Amino acid sequence: MHEVVLRLAGVTKRFGALVANDDISLELRRGEVMALLGENGAGKTTLMNILFGHYVADEGSIEAFGKPLPGGSPKAALAAGICMVHQHFTLADNLSVLDNVILGTEPLWRFRSDRGAAAAKLSALAERFGLTVDPAAPVGSLSVGERQRVEILKALYRDARILILDEPTAVLTPQESERLFSTLKLLTAEGLGVIFISHKMNEVMAASDTVGVLRGGKLVAIRRTAETDRSELAELMIGRTLKAPAVEPMEPAEPVLTLAGVTVRAARGMLDRADLVVRRHQIVGIAGVSGNGQAALADLVSGLGVPDDGRLEVFGKPVVVAGPLEMVKRGVARIPEDRHATGLVGDMAVWENLIAERVRLPEFSRLGFLRRDAARARAREVIKDYDVRCPGPDAVSRLLSGGNMQKLILGRTLSYKPGLILANQPTRGLDVGAVAYVHEQLLAARKAGAGVLLISEDLDELLALADQVAVIHRGRLSPPMPRAAVTICQLGLAMAGHWEELPDVA
Amino acid sequence: MWLEPREHVSVAVRVLAPVGAVVAALALCAVLIAWTGTGVVQAYGLLYQGALGSQFALAETLTRATPLMLTGLAVAVAFRAKLWNIGAEGQLYAGALVAVLLGSGPLELPAWALLPIVLIGGALAGSLLLVGPTVLKTRFGVDEVVTTLLLNFIVLLFVSMMLEGPLKDPMGMGWPQSAPVLPEAELPKLVERSRLHWGLVLAMAASVVLWVMNTRTVWGYEIKAVGANPRAAGFAGIAVNGVMLRVALLSGGLAGLAGAAEIAGLRGYLTLDLSPGFGYSGIVVAMLAQLHPLAVVAASVFVAGIFVGADAMSRSVPVPNYIADVLVAVSLLCILVAGFLVRYRVRLSGVRAG
Repeated sequence: MHEVVLRLAGVTKRFGALVANDDISLELRRGEVMALLGENGAGKTTLMNILFGHYVADEGSIEAFGKPLPGGSPKAALAAGICMVHQHFTLADNLSVLDNVILGTEPLWRFRSDRGAAAAKLSALAERFGLTVDPAAPVGSLSVGERQRVEILKALYRDARILILDEPTAVLTPQESERLFSTLKLLTAEGLGVIFISHKMNEVMAASDTVGVLRGGKLVAIRRTAETDRSELAELMIGRTLKAPAVEPMEPAEPVLTLAGVTVRAARGMLDRADLVVRRHQIVGIAGVSGNGQAALADLVSGLGVPDDGRLEVFGKPVVVAGPLEMVKRGVARIPEDRHATGLVGDMAVWENLIAERVRLPEFSRLGFLRRDAARARAREVIKDYDVRCPGPDAVSRLLSGGNMQKLILGRTLSYKPGLILANQPTRGLDVGAVAYVHEQLLAARKAGAGVLLISEDLDELLALADQVAVIHRGRLSPPMPRAAVTICQLGLAMAGHWEELPDVA
Repeated sequence: MWLEPREHVSVAVRVLAPVGAVVAALALCAVLIAWTGTGVVQAYGLLYQGALGSQFALAETLTRATPLMLTGLAVAVAFRAKLWNIGAEGQLYAGALVAVLLGSGPLELPAWALLPIVLIGGALAGSLLLVGPTVLKTRFGVDEVVTTLLLNFIVLLFVSMMLEGPLKDPMGMGWPQSAPVLPEAELPKLVERSRLHWGLVLAMAASVVLWVMNTRTVWGYEIKAVGANPRAAGFAGIAVNGVMLRVALLSGGLAGLAGAAEIAGLRGYLTLDLSPGFGYSGIVVAMLAQLHPLAVVAASVFVAGIFVGADAMSRSVPVPNYIADVLVAVSLLCILVAGFLVRYRVRLSGVRAG
């Protein structure tokens, strides 16, 4: 066994009444990959932020390479060789790869920067670890996978000995994740210690030597990866056994959404001659790495755009003019990708958000005056029916938890028995309980006769719910495949643009 | 030291914050007053007497508050939609210019017809002046702070040109001033033998209408939604650009009405010193009122009282009436700080949380 490079002893962190980290002790050894597994809110990110000096622990101590690490100082963490790659990259898009890497490593009061030496060091590192990326390319032109490589190079350039990765695979295709994991192997072979944070079981199994499971702020278990399995980890993570949603087989009926040769050229993303049919009693999943045209597709169904070319039909009738109200009136439920930015107006009350889509309909206004009593009554109904945990209709939406916000949006749309549901990343960032609730609601709507267009980056979610899955890549939609006929691996290849790997639909 | 957002802010705190800010401003300016060797209590006493101490003083203050109320409402309605209209001053002059153009002779109509035409014409002029910057903002993302602010100077120079040229009163003995409006275009006085006119009632009615609009109507709902989160508002089906345009018409119209009402109710003719910065003070008024239309009434009376009271005070003690500008400016700064403190809690030491 190698020596311990990082030791946490009794680390506790409280935010008011909430104990985010409760007496956590763990050890990371040289050349070891440790996965930290846990649900959202389990305390993974808090722990890493303490380690990296963003937060100060209330109790406990941290030792790096045998020396105590002073709390609250990212500088000290860096000096001790601890580097962190955040979930949301901290790169400047308009600078080159090389500039991003050397940014912050040079003294401020020197006029020349030694770019030649820096470039040499960078390319030596890139070669050694197989992190190929063009040092002169502006970061803005790189793919997400490449940007992550830049982040890792940045850490290595600063002579990182301990690398922390926060949900590194959230934005990668399965193949890019594979590549990341082989990079991690090279890094550990060189003696680095790696901690990576995840809530995806299969990655943890594939890439780690040890697993620490966090639940409710406590470290509930540490296992050797070789000596455990997925179901044990899942149970440890959520504290109970969770059954997969039961999808009843159903006969799809008439189409509710039809795209025929639809092309969209918009700033927010493009679609290229896309064909798609969603029928009643059917969930059609769209898999793909974010930024490949999902936004354009979602905008079409949301009523925020019309095709530049091709035919878009909702309930058999063509859509010619864009308008969210028109879609709502036709019976389309829209669950937007980003609850905070597009779903809700955070500063408005729950009741105000509930009527947002229908404020101009007679249900909630007459002669330009709001029917506030009707709106509040409706809010009370939705709060009850959809179990939205909030003080009441007048509560400010911003203060709701993510799960409750999503329930509010579900209540706003699903309570009208829609015939077509657009669910764009409906469970992103939610905890397991809320995810299960959203899945139940979508399946219930399918049973009641709705067609669901489910756009998701979570392949497990797609394969659990969707009757058919299509893959989107650079605006092109693959032919839909029945769920039973595809594997995660094939989807992953298709997400990277390799259609031929798909099973024959016919 | 760092800041933590407060989760719950009670109504009492929201109301008390501006009051506290005003008290703080008075305390800060007391230092300046003391510096002149004048007793602070005496000076503020004189200021109060001059602003509210007699029927005459009260009438003067309310006269001065009338245009401030309208420009304050103009700013409040625009800021609520996050349309940063800094151009109320220019819109006021545009309104006054059109009021003079319509009211000083070309239309010979009875008062019941001419007066509304003059006022509505002035309001429309203000509206149209704000439409340009708003369309530039919604279409091309041009910063409306810059465009509306710079338009103020363009309008002022244009008015100056008109007063030196085509609009110059032939009977004005060479002064750069317009001909007076016809008696049919005059707003009646509210109190005999004072300068107080029906513009005040108009302004107060506007504040009630705006309050009802904000709280009870689809329009108010849409303005709030667009101001708080335009993306979510657009997603829900609110025509964001349409709402912005509507807000621009309302805001510019109120500022234009301020100018028209000054002409029709008080001055009778247009000069370049029609407004001692009513448009800019409107921003202070709106901020003091926390953008609440009913509070704008109180805030405008406060600001007007400071100006009128300071004039009176400066006649008795050696404190120049510029203290009014300082007081109002410091009040604005204090209000901004107070608003900040209402939203955030400042922590000086201890352990940083989330």
